[in-house]
This record gives sequence, structure tokens and C-alpha cells, in this order.
Amino acid sequence: MSLDKATVARIARLARISLPEQDLEPMAAELSGILTWIEQLGEVDTDGVAPMTSVVGHALHHREDKVTDGDRRDDVLANAPESTDGYFVVPKVVE
Amino acid sequence: MSLGLTEFTLAEARDKLRAREVSAQELGEAHLSAIGSAKALNAFVVETAERARADAARSDARLAKGEGGILEGIPVAMKDLFCTEGVVSTAGSHILDGFRPTYESTVSANMWREGAVMLGKTNMDEFAMGSSNETSHYGPVRNPWRADGDNRDLVPGGSSGGSAAAVAAALCLGATGTDTGGSIRQPAAFTGTVGLKPTYGRCSRWGIVAFASSLDQAGPMTRSVRDSAIMLRAMAGYDQKDSTSVDVAVPDYEAALDRSVKGLRIGIPTEYRIDGTPAEIAALWDQGIAWLKDAGAEIVEVSLPHTKYALPAYYIVAPAEASSNLARYDGVRYGFREDRDDLTEMYEATRAAGFGAEVKRRILIGTYVLSAGYYDAYYLQAQKVRTLIAEDFKNAWDRVDALLTPTTPEAAFGIGEKNDDPVAMYLNDILTVPANMAGLPAMSVPAGLSARGLPLGLQVVGRAFDEETVLQVGRTLERAAGFDHRPTPWWRDQP
Repeated sequence: MSLDKATVARIARLARISLPEQDLEPMAAELSGILTWIEQLGEVDTDGVAPMTSVVGHALHHREDKVTDGDRRDDVLANAPESTDGYFVVPKVVE
Repeated sequence: MSLGLTEFTLAEARDKLRAREVSAQELGEAHLSAIGSAKALNAFVVETAERARADAARSDARLAKGEGGILEGIPVAMKDLFCTEGVVSTAGSHILDGFRPTYESTVSANMWREGAVMLGKTNMDEFAMGSSNETSHYGPVRNPWRADGDNRDLVPGGSSGGSAAAVAAALCLGATGTDTGGSIRQPAAFTGTVGLKPTYGRCSRWGIVAFASSLDQAGPMTRSVRDSAIMLRAMAGYDQKDSTSVDVAVPDYEAALDRSVKGLRIGIPTEYRIDGTPAEIAALWDQGIAWLKDAGAEIVEVSLPHTKYALPAYYIVAPAEASSNLARYDGVRYGFREDRDDLTEMYEATRAAGFGAEVKRRILIGTYVLSAGYYDAYYLQAQKVRTLIAEDFKNAWDRVDALLTPTTPEAAFGIGEKNDDPVAMYLNDILTVPANMAGLPAMSVPAGLSARGLPLGLQVVGRAFDEETVLQVGRTLERAAGFDHRPTPWWRDQP
């Protein structure tokens, strides 16, 4: 599989990573190299094989539905690059 | 300060602490001093000397009363992927600049509860993505080992390269690692140390910065198999906060070490004999087989037919999970932000400047394989192949109790040697990845030196939750190999 520049620009946008125009071509080449190598998986016959969902296959634990943590607003905000009045601050999104 | 105090194994130090022949404070100071003179290795991202001194004083008080946990007074290093309350936790990434967690990971909390003394946080590949420790924002770690007659710097392996280097250079008695595709075992093999990746679910993942959640597992890195058994017992255990941690009893692993392997069936997987394997790796493997045979084990050739597909499947599953896990680094809640007037531009600029090249590559691969129209061809197919890989192992367990393979296809390579080709770097994990894909416990034990005088490791893989057999076989190999080589300390007081 060979990725073109437009596809790389599209997935970079989806991943919210800005890629300057001059990086698109080299990145397309690198990703294409990795994907070409990965494509050998296509030769495995997986008809009727269930996809793996859990490696250990244990039953999930249940617990009583009650609050066990919380009331830690200041902890949650402690590492924010910018916060004020108990809120995270981000660039304006609504005019 | 006696350097002798850093040369004990963890087990020896524990016994001397309990016998009050050394104090936790002396032991802590000796290690802090060793760290201070080993800056050249770049093994630590954060040093926590004050914390270490306070921990050691507390341990001495407990030991004086005849109390104390499994690791009481033992100086350890923590891979910087574990969140430690109030102590900077970077995951080797620029994007977590200055992040001080307000909580403690379960594994580290378990170790502090058992009395461990924290020396600092170790360097690592960014978000644990790498096999050489070269992707760290904080620069590469240098392997304490150098080839005979050659003073060029070698990589310590990765991603737990700082932990491996710290253990090998006797800067700590043990260190934590995490292993998603070989990140404990490969650096252990490259540094002549013992690295154990437990069964998926054995150690809680809570508070460990997530890379690929269905594969990540924490484990011990030490200088002996006994040390590994002691440390794993302190780290392991069910945790309500991690729904994938498994509620099974944690055995006293140390008790398993002296069991004989007589009558044990050891599988040799045919497919691990990969074309192009260096003769010295093949010879080491044959030597390992002979050691186990001599110890009374029965050697059985087994087939794991889907082995060659484990690595490409891994490079779909791991980046896919990473692209989802790393979506949280958005410049809003923690770490680094690149300011912009527009929100989306702020996200894009923050992530562009905050992530390194390898992390970006994997996020993009992951985003692509999960994107509309490609999910079935890539991710679903990889998860089906993963089922087949796990079934291969399941079939093998009908005939054998553990598997023996080399840990890596080669010894440590030079810094900068493999940076041009991502796939060449990925191939380093070809022998370790299958155990992650199947969630199985696996350990690397130093077993010999290459022709150039560099350490080589043998890998033991066991049944799920049967770390005891893995340790028992590992101990047998360790005893037979008598690996007592140590790197020459060229790094002392070097810039």
C-alpha cells in the first residue's frame, strides 16, 4: 500500500497533528514502507476466526454502583497549562 | 563511601538489612553517590535524593523494630512511565513537560507500601515507543556495556533503556520496566540483566501512562532471577482500578526458584529459527537447550506456525491503540501547550511540537488503520491473526510446560545505527512480541557474551499466570550460565 500526500494530510488532520507541506512527502514514504511490510498479514487465512478481544479471557469484576472517588477539582486542574475559576481555559470556540 | 554497597544483589541487600549489617540509609547514600557519578549514562530523567533519604530513614526505623515489607530499605528506580505523586512524570515526552501527577500508580504504590526507597525516574523511549531509547525527548541512554576494544556508545535497548542501564551499572538494586512488545526483555538482554514481563493482568496498569492497553504490562528489571521473583511479588496483585487486572493469588515466587526442572518439558519453537540469525545467537540457544537437558528437562520441538505474523500484527494493534490513548494530549489538561487563537490550531500545533518523530509515525499509522474503510482490512485482520497466535501457544501447552528461545536476534547495536529505517528497528522485537500478543509471561536471562564481548539473553515463555515455572527455568539457566560479567565502569565521573 502506498500512501499519497493527500492521504497523509487527511490522517494528520484526523490525528490533530499539523504537518508542514514539506514533511508530507517524506512521511508518505515512511508510512508506505511500514504499511507495505504490514500487508503480509493479508496472506493469512482468517475465515471463521474470531478477532481477539481479551488475551486472558477472565470475567470482569462487578462492584456496587456507588461513588468511590471524586471531589478533587483542584487535583484535576493542577497540571492545566491555563485554568481560571475552576475551569480549563482554551481559545474561544463560540463567537 | 563504599562502592561495595552497590554491588549486592537485591536479595543479598535485603538479608543484610534484616540482619542490621547495613542500614537503608547507607545503602541509599551509596546508590545516590553512584547515580551522581554516572551522569554520562543519562539513565535518569529525575533524581529524587531527598525523597530517597526520607524513605530510607523510615525503613531504618521499621527495620529497627523488626518490621518491614518485602522491599524494605531497597533502593529502586522507577521507569518514568509510572505516575508518581508530586514527582515529575514525563513518559520521555516533551508533551508532558512539567507534569506532576496528583496520584500514584498502583504498582509504584505497592512497592512503596512494601518499603522500597525511590532513587528517581528513569529515561525511556518516548511513550515507550522504541527499541533503543533513542526516541526519548531527554536524549539517548548509553549502554554501560561497550564492545571489546571499542569505545563507541551502544544503545541499552528500549523502551525501558534507562532502567536497564541503571540496573546494569549498579545505580539501583532493581528498577521497574514496562513491556508492550519487548520493552523489558530486549533491554535486559542488551545490558546483561534479568527482565520479566508478567502475564497480562498480573500487575495493575492503573497510573501507568498508556501506550497500547491490550499489550502493556509492568515488570521487574534486576541483576538476578531471585531479585526478579522478590520484586514481582511486591509489584503484582489485583487492583479494582484496572478492570483488566486479574484477581488471582500472588504466590511467593521466590519459593519456586529452587524447584528442579527435572521432568519439565521445554519446547523449542521451530519458527524462531529465523533466516539470517547470527551463528552466535543460534549457538547460545543450543547451549541453553543443553543446560536444561543436563538439568533433567525434556526437550520437545514444537511449532508455532503464525510466529512470523506476530510482528506485523503488532504494528497494527499497538499503533491503533496508541493513536486512541494519545488523543488525550491536547494542551488543555496537562503538560505542554503551543498557544494559538483557534482551538483546533492549538491542538494541532501542540501535538506537532510536543510529540517526537516516532510517536507521530505511530499515531498516524494507528489513525490510518482505524479510519473508515480500512478498519476491516487492517485492525480486524490483525486481531484475528492475534487469535491464531494465541491458539498456537495454547496448542503448545498441551505438549510442553515452557518455551526456550533467544531474546533478541542480535546484541546491542550502536547509537544512531538503525535510525534510517523504522522497520529495521521494529525487527529487533521479532522474538519478544509474540508473548505480548498472547498475554503470556516471559523472561530474559543473561546467558553469555557475543564474540565482541556483549551480553546475550535467552528467553523463557510460560503459560498464563505461571510465572513460577518461568522463574524456575530462568533460575536453572542462570545457575548453568554462571553469568557474572559486569561492564567496565568507564562512565564514572565522565561528562
